[in-house]
This record gives sequence, structure tokens and C-alpha cells, in this order.
Amino acid sequence: MNELIFFLNKVIISGATLGSVYALGAVGVTLIFGILRFAHFAHGDMMTLGAFISFMLVGLFQAMGIQTPLPTGFIVLPFAMAITAGLALGIDKGFYEPLRAKGVKTVTLLIASIGVTLMMQGLIRLFAGTATRSFFENETKDLFRFKLPIEGVKRSINISEPQILVIVTTVVAVIVLHYFLTRTRLGKGMRAMADNPSLAQVSGINTAAVVRATWIIAGSLAAMAGTMLALDVILKPDLAFNIVLPIFAAAVVGGLGHSYGAIAGGFLIGFAETMAVFNWAVLLRPFKAGLPEWFPTDLSLVPTEYKLTVAFIILVVVLLFRPQGIFKGASS
Amino acid sequence: MIRRDAILFAGLGVLILALGMWLKVPTTIQLLVTALAYALIALGLNVQWGYAGLFNFGVMGFLMVGGAATTFISYPLNDAFWTSAGPFMLLKALIAAIFGGLLIWGVTRIPKKGNLSKLRGFLLVLAWGVAYVTYRSQIDPAAKLIETEAGFVGGLGLHAAFGWIVGGLAAGGVAYVIGKVCLGLRTDYLAIATIGVSEIIRALIKNMDWLTRGTLTVSPVPWPTPLPADVVASGMTDTYMATIVSRSIFLALTVLFIAVIFFFLQRAYEGPWGRMMRAIRDNHVAAGAIGKNVTKRELEIFVLGAILMGIGGAILTTYVQILDPSGYQPINHTFIVWVMIIVGGAGNNYGALFGGVFIYIVWTISEPASLVLFSLISDMSESAGIGAIPEIESRALQMRVFVLGMVITFALRFAPQGMIPERVRSEG
Repeated sequence: MNELIFFLNKVIISGATLGSVYALGAVGVTLIFGILRFAHFAHGDMMTLGAFISFMLVGLFQAMGIQTPLPTGFIVLPFAMAITAGLALGIDKGFYEPLRAKGVKTVTLLIASIGVTLMMQGLIRLFAGTATRSFFENETKDLFRFKLPIEGVKRSINISEPQILVIVTTVVAVIVLHYFLTRTRLGKGMRAMADNPSLAQVSGINTAAVVRATWIIAGSLAAMAGTMLALDVILKPDLAFNIVLPIFAAAVVGGLGHSYGAIAGGFLIGFAETMAVFNWAVLLRPFKAGLPEWFPTDLSLVPTEYKLTVAFIILVVVLLFRPQGIFKGASS
Repeated sequence: MIRRDAILFAGLGVLILALGMWLKVPTTIQLLVTALAYALIALGLNVQWGYAGLFNFGVMGFLMVGGAATTFISYPLNDAFWTSAGPFMLLKALIAAIFGGLLIWGVTRIPKKGNLSKLRGFLLVLAWGVAYVTYRSQIDPAAKLIETEAGFVGGLGLHAAFGWIVGGLAAGGVAYVIGKVCLGLRTDYLAIATIGVSEIIRALIKNMDWLTRGTLTVSPVPWPTPLPADVVASGMTDTYMATIVSRSIFLALTVLFIAVIFFFLQRAYEGPWGRMMRAIRDNHVAAGAIGKNVTKRELEIFVLGAILMGIGGAILTTYVQILDPSGYQPINHTFIVWVMIIVGGAGNNYGALFGGVFIYIVWTISEPASLVLFSLISDMSESAGIGAIPEIESRALQMRVFVLGMVITFALRFAPQGMIPERVRSEG
């Protein structure tokens, strides 16, 4: 039983947390790909930007003396999301829209998004420096321990406050997104445009509004993912730069352009990462007496330092065998 | 070359001379060596992207392979490794890898139709699993033994210029495998795949301590030409002059490499082979329809470009004399090369050469330039009573990345063809 709880802590809870962050990022990437047809590499830095905006708002709130039972970083999230969405719109207006208006190939937009990544990264470091920061300098990070009322169980299920928040928020965001895409006029327009842009335009869908909506959703979800990641781990300038590739992996696994696929892909990558580095021999410990002498004590699939590599391997394998994603046909 | 290009190159020459006045001479030579190595890498990417339209975002991976290979070739022999049980255990690991490879190959031979076809997918996964476990069971103890007894495998102690060539060939070999599996993908998908592969290569080189010493770094990697200390030993007493002489010889060797490569690239580009590649790039369906083997040609050019990148990476590693896997970042080693060929002009070798040197200079001087600018603003804000800018030095360093991003976004918007654009000579 102790071993199972260890598994729960190490694989399920941290996998779900990581998966939530990936899913939130991947939805943005996949929406942009579906509507504007290019891989938006600046998404990782949009997440970092959102996290830094939250951090500044937290400073502002604390300076005003606002005390809340939840972490302040979570309370300021709606404001940070709004600001980041506005910035995302500004970036589109300033950098991508002129290129689209010139009718360039979509690969040029990809290269432009790398230029935007570099500029954002430079600016963030210019103003924030390279130091790491924590959202919990003036607050405590609550850790909940759940003891199971079973005889002989020493370990407790550990889950921290940010972890609960990130999972709950992701679930809420996914439900809201689902209703937006299926019940509202704009959401339906987005799906139509992702399916067939010319047809969408001739049937009277306001494509400019759809593009704006895409950036607003992508920007606010990026801010949410970035802040959540910073709450769970730590805030640093290259926070999301390392995570943008697993996010692409999640989006590709779910099929670029499919929002529901991206959510599934995010959790899949998150769990795959934690499961690959988990030492499965731990689960066999209760049966140790029955195992032969030569049985290895370390049964993890890959060493811990290759944790991120797991995502890339999944990415490459999926691209090679099912570039359309694993849910082709199943998603809307 | 037309007059506009000549003026641009002359301008670049003036810029370098001006830098020589401003910086010290050895620093300028150092800048030139690195800039030329990047120009060679840019030529490699130009071959892949400019000639054939392959969207390779894994430049960093090839640079690392080139750097690691040249280190392995030119670093002195490590006797502690060769006298230990390490070589034998590595041989066993190699045999295990070959066994695994054969197993996987054997399963892929199963026909897609017939009795076993339903089991094929399952057997393939099983074969991969068995091969992986077999290989891990051999390599893990070998790696552990080498790391504890010998540190790492050391090198072969051969000449460094030979190491450069091997670096290129190793990168080409890796590119062959990557190209074989990835080149079926196009545009964004190929970009994402190659970026993923380059991250895998980075993780491997960073963590295979037995082969590359990983984060512990390998140094000093020998030079192919005399080091400053050697020049001093041969009788030159002035160390400043000795540094200049030594670096100039290194620079001369680099220039020689690039000149030879450039000559052949240009010949190939103007010949039928170059026309065929442009045809494949512009319309691969049509090129396939008139009988060109698109897959094979693209693989060929992917490998060729990677060889150039490998040589460039080898030169970079050799020059700084240290193999530091943690020092490789996508910004400094992949994206900057893309900026070089976009600004220089994709599809034109002169453009790649120009862009390589020019962007590297911009990248280098944007730090001191922003330092000057920030100090100015800081003085102004201080006199205005707002206070000085804190930590000017570390902030100025970050401006390099910003300037790089700004240059590429402006180039895409206002000069998408680059400074020296591609010129297709039309017959008649």
C-alpha cells in the first residue's frame, strides 16, 4: 500500500499537474495552427510573459495590502490573462498581420514567430534579469497530506495547493472552452475556419474576428499555463522556453488543429514523462521475498535526466507514424 | 556577383577594419574565425533551405555532433580507459546494439500482408523493447565502469584538421539517419521534428558522460595549428605578437577550408545538379513527375548540408578548446544561423557568406553597443533624478537576443529576399 501511494504521488499527481500545464499551452498552439496555419514558436515566451505579469500584479496586490486565503498569484490570474491576451493581439497586429497581408507562405510566419520569441526573451531578461523568483516569498505554499485510514500505511498522499489549483483550473478552462467552441457563434466560426478558411469566409463568417478570438484565447491560456507552472515550480526567465517543445509534442500527438486532441495529448505527454522515469521496481517491493536474486532494483524506463527527452521521442515517433495525430477521425 | 554585392562585401570589409581599430587585433581575428565558422554553418543551412527548401531547425544537433566528434579524434589518448575493461565492455554493448538492430530489421521484413501481418505492429514494439533492454543491460555497466575508473573514453590523439573532417562526416552520418526517417515530413512538421531531434542529440551528448564527459566538459581540445604558447616556444618572445601569429594561422586554415568548400558548392549550384535541386524545391511533385528521385535527392542534400554544419561546429569547438555540452543553446546555434541566411539571402551562397559574417558581428557588438546606450540613458535618468539603471552589464548582454529577433522580423517584413537575394540565371 505504501508503494502504491508512492506511485500515486510520483506519477499520477505530478503527471496530472504537468499534463495540465502542457494541455493549456497545447490548446493555444493548436488553435493558432488551425486558424492561421503556422507553428507558433513564441508560445513558450508568451507563457513566461504571462507569468511575469502575474508576478508584477502580485507585487502590486501585496503592496496594497490585499490578503487572500488562496495564493495571490492565483487571484491575480484573470487580470494577467486579460493583459497577456491584449499583448498577444498587439504582437499579431505588429508582426504577423503585416506578413499575412502580404500573402507570404506560412513558413515565413513560423520564422517570424521565432523572431518574436527572441525579442520577447530579450525583453523579459532585460527587465527582469536572469534570477529566479518565487511566488511564495511572502506567503506559504500549503501542502496537504491525506492519511489513509488503513493499518500499516505510513506514507500520505501529498498534494500542494498550486497542484490542486492547476488541475481544477484546467478542468474548468477545458469545460468553458468546450462550451465556447460548440455553443457560441464565434466558437463555431472558429471551427469552421479551421476546417476550410475560404468556405468560412464566403459563408459570411467574420474571419478577422475569428483571428482576434484565437489570439485572445491563446494568450489568456498561455498566461494561465505560465502562471500555474511558476506557482508549482519557480519563476525564471527561460521558464517556458524549455517547455515549448513538449507543448508542441502534445499538440502534434493530439493532431495539430484539434483542440480536444491537444488536451488529451498534453496529459498523455505529462503522464508519459513521469511514468518513464518512475522506478517500477518500487511497486514490486512487497513481493521482494518471491523475486530471484538477480532481479534488478531499478526498473525505470529511462534515467531521470532524460525526462524531457521522452516528450521529444514521442513527438518524433508520432510525427513519423501518425503525423495527423493519434485521434484522427475521433475529434471534431 | 554583381556590383551591389561587391559594394556590400566591401562595406563588410570596412566594418571589420573599423572593428580592428576599435577592438584589439587578436580579438578581431578571434571574431573573424568564429564568424567564418558560422558562415560555413550558414552555407550548410543554405544548401538545405536555400537550395532544396528543407526546413531544418536542428542545426544545433549537427554542431554538437561535429564538436564531439572532433574532440574524440584530436584529444590525447586516455590510457586509464584503454587499460581498463572498458573497451571490451563497450564492444559487448556494440554487439548488443547490433543484435537489437538486426532484431528490429528482421521484424520489419515481415510482409505487410499474410498470416503474420496482424501481429506485425505488436512484434515491432516487442522487438524495440527487447533491443532496448539488451542494449541498456550492456551499456549501463560499461558506462558506470568507465566513469568511475577512467573518467571518460578520452580521444584518439590524431590531428585536429582530420578531426574537422571526421566531425563533418559524423554529422553527415547522423543526418543520414535523421533524414531517412524525417524527410517524409514537410514544412512546419519537419521543423518541429528536427528541433525535437536536435534536443534529443543534446540530451544524449550532455548525459553520456562516458563518451563526452557531459557537463564536466573536455578541455583543452588541441588546435590543428600552433597555439600561442607553441609560437612563443619556437622563439618569438613577444606574447602579443605570438597570439596574433598563432590566431592568424588558425584563421588561414579556416579560410582555406571555406574557400575550397565554397568553390565546389558554387560549381554544383550553377550546374545541372543545382537546377535540379531548385526544381525539386519549387515543385517537388512536378520534379518527381519528370523522373527525379525526390526523396533520394533531398536526403543527399540534407546530408551535404549537415556535413558543412558538422565541420563548422568542429571549428567552433576546436577554436575555443572546450567541449561544453551545456553551452549549446537553440538561440546561439540554431536560430542565429536562420537569421544569417534570411538576412543574407537564402538560395545564394554569397548571401549566406555575407549573412554569416555580418550577423555574427552584429550579435557580438550589440552587447558593447547597448552597454554604451544604457550608460547614456542611465546618466540621463540619474541627472533627471530618477536614479541609475541597476546591473547595466548583465542587462546589456540580454540585448543581443533582442537585437537578433528585431533584425529577423524587420528583414522578413522589408527585405524578405535578403541582402543578396537568389538570382536564377535564365537561359536565352
